[in-house]
Order: sequence, then structure tokens, then C-alpha cells
Amino acid sequence: MDLPGFSLDLAALKETTAAEPGELYDLVILGGGPAAMSAAVYAARKLIKLAIVTRDFGGQMLETSEIENWLGAQSVRARDLVSQFEDHVKSYETPIALGPSITAVKKEDELFKVETDDGKTYSARTIILATGKRHQPLNVPGEKELAGRGVAYCATCDAPFYRDKKAVVVGGGNSAFTTALDLLKVNARVTLVNFIEGWQADAVLRERVRGFGGAEFHDHHQVVRLEGKDKLQAVVVKSRKGGEEKRLAADGVFIEIGLLPNSEPVRGLVELNERGEVIVDCAGKTNVPGFFAAGDVTIVPHKQIIISAGEGAKAALSAYARLVEQGAV
Amino acid sequence: MAILEDKQKEQLKEIFQRLDKEVQVLLFSQEFECPHCKLTREMIEEVAALSDKIKLSPLDFVRHQDEAEKHGVDKIPALIIRGEKDYGIRYFGVPAGYEFTSVIEDLLMVSSGKHGLAPETLAELEKIDQPVRLQVFVSPTCPYCPKAVRAAHKLALASDLISADMVETTGFPHLVQKFEVSGVPHTQITDDYGFVGPVAEKDLATEILIALGKKPPTDSVLHQRDHEHERKPEKSKTTRDKKPRQPAKKPKR
Repeated sequence: MDLPGFSLDLAALKETTAAEPGELYDLVILGGGPAAMSAAVYAARKLIKLAIVTRDFGGQMLETSEIENWLGAQSVRARDLVSQFEDHVKSYETPIALGPSITAVKKEDELFKVETDDGKTYSARTIILATGKRHQPLNVPGEKELAGRGVAYCATCDAPFYRDKKAVVVGGGNSAFTTALDLLKVNARVTLVNFIEGWQADAVLRERVRGFGGAEFHDHHQVVRLEGKDKLQAVVVKSRKGGEEKRLAADGVFIEIGLLPNSEPVRGLVELNERGEVIVDCAGKTNVPGFFAAGDVTIVPHKQIIISAGEGAKAALSAYARLVEQGAV
Repeated sequence: MAILEDKQKEQLKEIFQRLDKEVQVLLFSQEFECPHCKLTREMIEEVAALSDKIKLSPLDFVRHQDEAEKHGVDKIPALIIRGEKDYGIRYFGVPAGYEFTSVIEDLLMVSSGKHGLAPETLAELEKIDQPVRLQVFVSPTCPYCPKAVRAAHKLALASDLISADMVETTGFPHLVQKFEVSGVPHTQITDDYGFVGPVAEKDLATEILIALGKKPPTDSVLHQRDHEHERKPEKSKTTRDKKPRQPAKKPKR
């Protein structure tokens, strides 16, 4: 493997102040992806009392190596774009609780209480939930047992382990095809498996994968189990048309079949759809006054960085309007 | 040819204004038979030249074998970042890519002497009563890895019983094979207990207690969050050999 250069993440090195559990904030933004960071910039510019609670900065952007559809940048390293976003957010010296996971959001009287897994509680007049999504597991036999032993979810992290080896990518969208590309670049023998007939990925990505040659494609197939004792050995798939099973020998399987919303902390507080996504209107409002949501955790379609950033901005402006209406700012 | 860009050097100079006490960096390398040694040496020499509070001591792995053994250095290139004492903060292999920022953060942390760990995490660390050597396997393109490395290094600063190695996977394939590393970050706590994925500092402290048999495996955050892919336990034996971890064997070279 060729070693990359030495990346200096200036944003991560920036000094920040910690969000204080004892304070009452006008707005607390939950999450650290593009929706949350965009909301943070818009809100900070209103000079309201603001805090951010997030496990990390970047969200799902961290799982991609290059981004080619952020307006103004034909191709930008995902980590660099995250760093720019984070630097922008931190330039406003907004207090941040960085590291903890959010366990629950409750409404008490007219205030929201955000509880985190380090035992702290943050209070706010308004909330923007922008906690994004996480990988959906296959939920097939062998997946849990072989996680980290051939079952992988992060191609930028783990593709190098599959140099000259056999890897199966499950999924048919952009994430699956960018994963396939990461694997093809290290000379892995790649097989793509998709549940539905055909492939959903952008044509430009499909062409790029096909351009490498050698990749195998099984659409309209379902993964039935992952086989292996201490290490993955095979991915067993079944045709959804004829029903016949195939055993695909594999050293690794990368699962890119979609995402689950990180909405558990607000279950029971705000209205969710059947997939667990927060229902918002076109202004980012939920059914609970003062509680807004943005980005992938919501019902807004087309999970894209640029869309999340826009939604985050909208939610911040809506939260500010609410604070003005309430006479809080 | 310079390893760091001029712009990076300027940025680092400014960041190093925050250095408080002197930081010592021990570099163990060898010019021959170690492809990553030269790169690591040139990088850390350039970094150290940017502040008079960073004192670099280059050591030869063969000629200074006593020093290597004293510091538990069993492979190269190795960097030890220490302050008034050796906290057990180690980098094995080139800290390239995203890990470069971890090195800078560690320099700042050791200089300040502040780990910033929460009281709950420190309470967990108090329960550890035997030496533990954490090995965090990383790849330089892994964006989640610095979080795992930094958590381990903070614990090392906070506890005299913990030392923590960053291990760059491409440099040490024998360890990758030994611990069956096929995903990163991979934190190996004992010979038979490791896990994949970054965890919060408190959770790492809890995993150490589980690995040492001081807490039941059911306390593991890795078990509790079944659906979070990045937090799968790799092994969670309920009966495990509780002998103290043996030092890693010297690589065949």
C-alpha cells in the first residue's frame, strides 16, 4: 500500500469550549454531520446562545474518500471537506460537547433536556436533531459472528486488507459502487450483489466500476447467510427469480444496503414515519413546537451532503424564527 | 525533499505556541531494512524543529538495544512521546495520513499533562490493577482510527498501568496476522480480547476491565449496541486466560 502524506487536521486541533450542562441554551444542535454543521453556522451568526452535542464531526462523510458533487469542487477529499466545515463551525467559538452519544431528549415544561451517555443533561429552548443515519445490517446468520472478521462496513478503512483477495459488496446504490471502486483499486476481485433487479447507482459510477473489468454482478439476489468459522469464507446468495442458491467464495463482504435513522433518542417525543425517520415540514419543523430536525434523520428524500447542508440551514433559520416569536431572543 | 508543506509548518508553529512544558520524543529507527524508518525520522525531525519545547532523541534500534528494551520497543519505526515521565504513549510504524494529527494532539496533551477524561472514566481506570498494553491497529486512510488512538493514549496518560501503541498495519503484517486484524481501528487489549471500531474513552476503560475479567462481558458497549457496525466485539470469551499479557515477540527481520 502506498502511504498517503501527512494530513494536518487543523479543525480537530482547534481549541473549543465545552458545552455546560448547567446553562440554558437558546438552541442545542444534536449531531455533527453536514446538516448539523450547516445549522451551527447559520445559528451562530444570529448570536444566540448555542451549543452542539455530537459524538464526532463529519458523520457519514467520513466513510467516503472523494466527494464529486459538492458544488464548486469537482473532486474534494471527504476528510478535507469535513475539516473545512468543522473549522467554519468552530470559528464562531460555539460551545461543544464532543464525544458523548445522545441517549434521550425529553420535554419538561417548555424546555428540552438532552441526556448523554456520560451522564450529563443539556437544557435548551429549541432543538435541532441532525443525528443522521447509520448502516443497516443485513440481519442474516453469520453477520454478527463475523463482524470485523471479514464482515466490513467502511471501505475507506478496510479495503486495503483485501488486496488481491475476493470481496463481495452487497448493495446497488452509490455507496455500494464507491465501495466496489475502493476494492478494485487494491486489485480485489469484486462481486456485487443487489436485492432488486438492476442497479441504482449513478451511471457515472457504474461505468467506472465496469471500466475496471473483472467485477461480477448479481442483481435480483438476496444474501441468505454468511459462512465461515473464525473468518468469513463465503457469502451465500439466492436468486429472487429462480430461487437457486449460489455460494460466493469471499474473504470479505462489505454491506452497503441502506441506512437506519439515529432517531432512537427522540422516539416517543416527536412523530416518526414507519422507517423511524423524523417527520418534518418544508421548514424543518416537527410536530413538537421548538423541536426541529434536518438531514438524513428526517423524511427528506435523497440523502446527499448538499441537501443535508441546505436542510440544516433551514432548520436553524426556523429555530431562530421560533425564538424571536417567543420573545426569547 | 521536505516531508511537510511550508503551509503546514507555519500552521504547526502557531499551534505549538500552546505547548506548555517540554515534550520529549524518542525515535527508534534504523536506516537499513526498515522502509518506513526514513519517512518517520524525516517527519518527526521537521516537526521537532518547529518548537524549542519539543526535544527529539533519535536512537538506533540495534546500537541502543538496551534503551529499546527499557522502553518496550520491539519493532521499528517507533516514536515515544513523553513528558516528565514515560506515560506509555507509543507509535509503531509511520503515523501518516490521519494519524499525523494524533501525533500533534499527543504532543499538546503531554505538554499540558491534561488528558481531559471524565470522572466516570477515571473511576473505571482505578479498578485496573495490572499492567495493560493496548495495541490500536490503524490504517492511514481510516478516518475513525485517530479517535481510537487518542482514546487509548489519553488512558495511558491517566493511568500508570496502561501503555498504548498505535500500530500501523502495513508495517507489521505479522501482528495483523497474529491478531487476525481485518478491519480498523482494531484495539487489542490482551492476547485474546480485541475489538473493531472506535469507542468512547469510558467504554474503552470498561472494555479493559472486561478483558481483564473484572467485569462481565454483558457490560460491554459492544454487546449492547448490536446494530452499530463499528462496535462489534471481535472476541468475547467468557472464560479466558487471565495471565498478564506477554510482551510481543520481536519481529523477524
